[in-house]
Amino acid sequence: MNLQKDVKLTQKLSKKVLTAKQPTWCRGCGDHSILAAYFRLLEKLQLPHENIVTISGIGCSSRFPYFVNSHGIHSLHGRALPFASGVAIARPDLSTFVFSGDGDCFSIGGNHLDHTARKNPDMTYLVMDNTVYGMTKKQTSPTSPKGFVSKTDPFGAVDEPINPMKRLIACGATFVARTSASNISHVMEMLERAHAHPGFAVIECLSECTQFNLGSFEGLNPRKGGAFPVIEEKLNDGSPEDEKRHDPTDEVAAYKLAEADYPGWFGVFIEKKLPTKDDLEQSLIENVRSKNPEWGDREHLQASLNSFA
Amino acid sequence: MVQKREETVIRIVGHAQDGVQSLGSLLAKLAGRSGYQVMTYMTIPATIAGGSSVYQLRIGVNPILTSGDVSDLLIALHQDSLDAHKNALKKGGMLLTDSDQVKECEGVDFEKHFAIPMSIKMNELLEGRGARGKNMFLLGMLCNLLGIDEAKVEQLAVEKFGSKGEAVIGNVRKAIQAGFKYEWDNGYPEIALQAVENPPNQVTMDGNSAVAYGLIASGIRYGAAYPITPATSIMEMLREELPKYKGIFVQTEDEIAAVCAAIGMSYSGHLAVTSTSGPGMSLKMEALGWAVMAEMPLIVVNVQRGGPSTGIPTQVEQSDLMQTLYGSHGDAPKVVLAARNVEECFHICREAVKLAREFSTPVYILSDQGLSTRIEGFQMPDLDEVMIEPVLDLSDRPEDFLPYPPEGITQHAPPGTKILSGKYPTVTGLEHDEKGNPNPSPDNHMKMSAKRREKIKLIEKQSVEPEFYGDKEGDVLLVSWGSSFGSARETTMRLQEQGKKVSHMHVKMIFPLKKSIGSVFEKFKDVYTVELNDEGVYGVGQFGMLLRSTTCCSNIQSICKTDGLTFKVSEIMDRLS
Repeated sequence: MNLQKDVKLTQKLSKKVLTAKQPTWCRGCGDHSILAAYFRLLEKLQLPHENIVTISGIGCSSRFPYFVNSHGIHSLHGRALPFASGVAIARPDLSTFVFSGDGDCFSIGGNHLDHTARKNPDMTYLVMDNTVYGMTKKQTSPTSPKGFVSKTDPFGAVDEPINPMKRLIACGATFVARTSASNISHVMEMLERAHAHPGFAVIECLSECTQFNLGSFEGLNPRKGGAFPVIEEKLNDGSPEDEKRHDPTDEVAAYKLAEADYPGWFGVFIEKKLPTKDDLEQSLIENVRSKNPEWGDREHLQASLNSFA
Repeated sequence: MVQKREETVIRIVGHAQDGVQSLGSLLAKLAGRSGYQVMTYMTIPATIAGGSSVYQLRIGVNPILTSGDVSDLLIALHQDSLDAHKNALKKGGMLLTDSDQVKECEGVDFEKHFAIPMSIKMNELLEGRGARGKNMFLLGMLCNLLGIDEAKVEQLAVEKFGSKGEAVIGNVRKAIQAGFKYEWDNGYPEIALQAVENPPNQVTMDGNSAVAYGLIASGIRYGAAYPITPATSIMEMLREELPKYKGIFVQTEDEIAAVCAAIGMSYSGHLAVTSTSGPGMSLKMEALGWAVMAEMPLIVVNVQRGGPSTGIPTQVEQSDLMQTLYGSHGDAPKVVLAARNVEECFHICREAVKLAREFSTPVYILSDQGLSTRIEGFQMPDLDEVMIEPVLDLSDRPEDFLPYPPEGITQHAPPGTKILSGKYPTVTGLEHDEKGNPNPSPDNHMKMSAKRREKIKLIEKQSVEPEFYGDKEGDVLLVSWGSSFGSARETTMRLQEQGKKVSHMHVKMIFPLKKSIGSVFEKFKDVYTVELNDEGVYGVGQFGMLLRSTTCCSNIQSICKTDGLTFKVSEIMDRLS
């Protein structure tokens, strides 16, 4: 391997180093804050620059990788998760981050949620939910509330919206959290915990579309008289008040939290330990290879072919 | 003393539960082990139990191109099986029946009939389990008649059934021995084969196994797929085998996730495979277009079956050619190879991997249902020659690294690779410039479309002329692709023996097609593609369309059919007469 030293490779990961193109999002779009939180996280983690992979689907939010100076994929509508699964399964040494929107996650790519969760690959997935199709200029999204007036629902949306948190809890992801772009430090905190979690960690992040859905997430700023209710997690300290705190391994309790009316709860709904895809595959590989530990690829293949002779 | 044969064709017909498949595949394996050439043909009943089961084997001392039009020996285990297959016996051939089940042989044009009360005999021998022993009884009997060594049969039985316990292997032995020692009282089926001098070291396997091992030999260690007939056994084998090589094969939730995950694996630096059949190809097309746009290397195996839609999942067709070439939206040139036989299913993987890597392009391998299940013996691959080491190239890339150099061939820097400029690329399905930045400008789209086109043209330039058999001019040129090779070649040989001016061209690289073949076509009065698809609205098959549009030769016609069966030599001869 080429060991040539270069100042650009040894410098600390700062926002400046991590910035690629200037974001093309509209002014005031919540996505700017999520990008800022991601930069803050990477500044804090100081991962090897070349090991960061930023993957997205299609939509406004999925322009994300172009604004980040890291290896990355701008994939297909709805397919960010299977692309990222391929990366995370084949290269568990990398730090895989996925960003996409509510259309990607809950509509065209809906089925991939369950099955990515079943595999539990080590990756961090943040869903930027603006409850509207913004890139195509205001159509109803799977999370648009009933009555939402859009170009595809000029008389107001009639279909039931998806409850993102119920969906994420039910899919079986081993880490599920909710946050809002209006609270950058909370986004950063959730991203950090998601990244630290071994396995499939998914965050729903409310992100206001100021162009086509202005005011959709009003009242989340406590300083302006709003509310940002944060889940208190169990400390397991045996105190009586701990009884009332949320146990993130309790799916039923998480499901109840997900039923709260707007603005709902923010914070960690689910955090449970299950073997990651890589844990399982590596133990399978070890098991299989232990039968003939001294064999290389050639010996294995020759033995297999000999069984057909 | 009866003259020993150069070859013989045996067809066994029965019900699904008779174990006909198991009998046929064991017999094929024994033939291969004994140094004989062998090619089989089978039909899988569409249902799990019930339905008729057919296994045909052509075994001989000389190279075998097809599994045979008609059989020398027809073995019928049930009345309805015989009724359905009476035309499969050669005029004046030999018929062998289970006389406990088959009572009526009217309309069967046989010269000799051997009626054996197999059901009762096996029931006595195996104490009531006779229905399950008939196939092993026949295995012993056929090996004895063909001249295959009893010790070899015994050894294979132990390999195959040894793990199933003493009771099972004991019954298998009893049945095989009863077959070997069967006392014929009024003649016997004369199918004995000549001995093979210097028997070659062969492997005997089906096409899907050959693809799976071919991929492994070529350094493929990662992949993803979704079960689909008739491609499933490729993913089954890779799932089982790859852990030995520290690789991982994943079963995904659907065909789209399979191709996307495989692309993700390739992007991460491990060239990956996804295998499927027609309906799965339809679902993968958007992502395959992404791979062309992003210039991502990828191996795609399509084991074709009867279409359109769900079609005939368990029958053969070569009707995905146009889909393979043009199924993704936009201009999406890629490389398409087709395997002619089981041996080539193994070796074609190496070519596919080399091209995918060198030109950073998706390469499609076309196989079909016929190849997927048919068993052939072929020369044991020399691993020193055929193995490709898997590589994960994470070496530093220079300051001026460009993912899409306008004048050069793309070679991606997988994640984990340091790029000395400190600038890391986003790989995208959007039209992009040389750095990978989205760029929809007219000039750039023209330039990058040309980049993707020119690299395929470079492959065309480097490729070899398709294989040619016979004189370079004449009356008729048969042009085959994929599994039609054997039938087309055997037809050509027979017609040449009759003094006809017939030649044969076989095309392995379907795309890019060697441009110069047009000049070959001009030297023949008639050119016929031989392909298992519909002649279409304009009267030529899909490959015929491609050849016509590429060469502008108006003498190109097609011999097509869609009956779900491989070409019989006689069918091609009839169409030419």
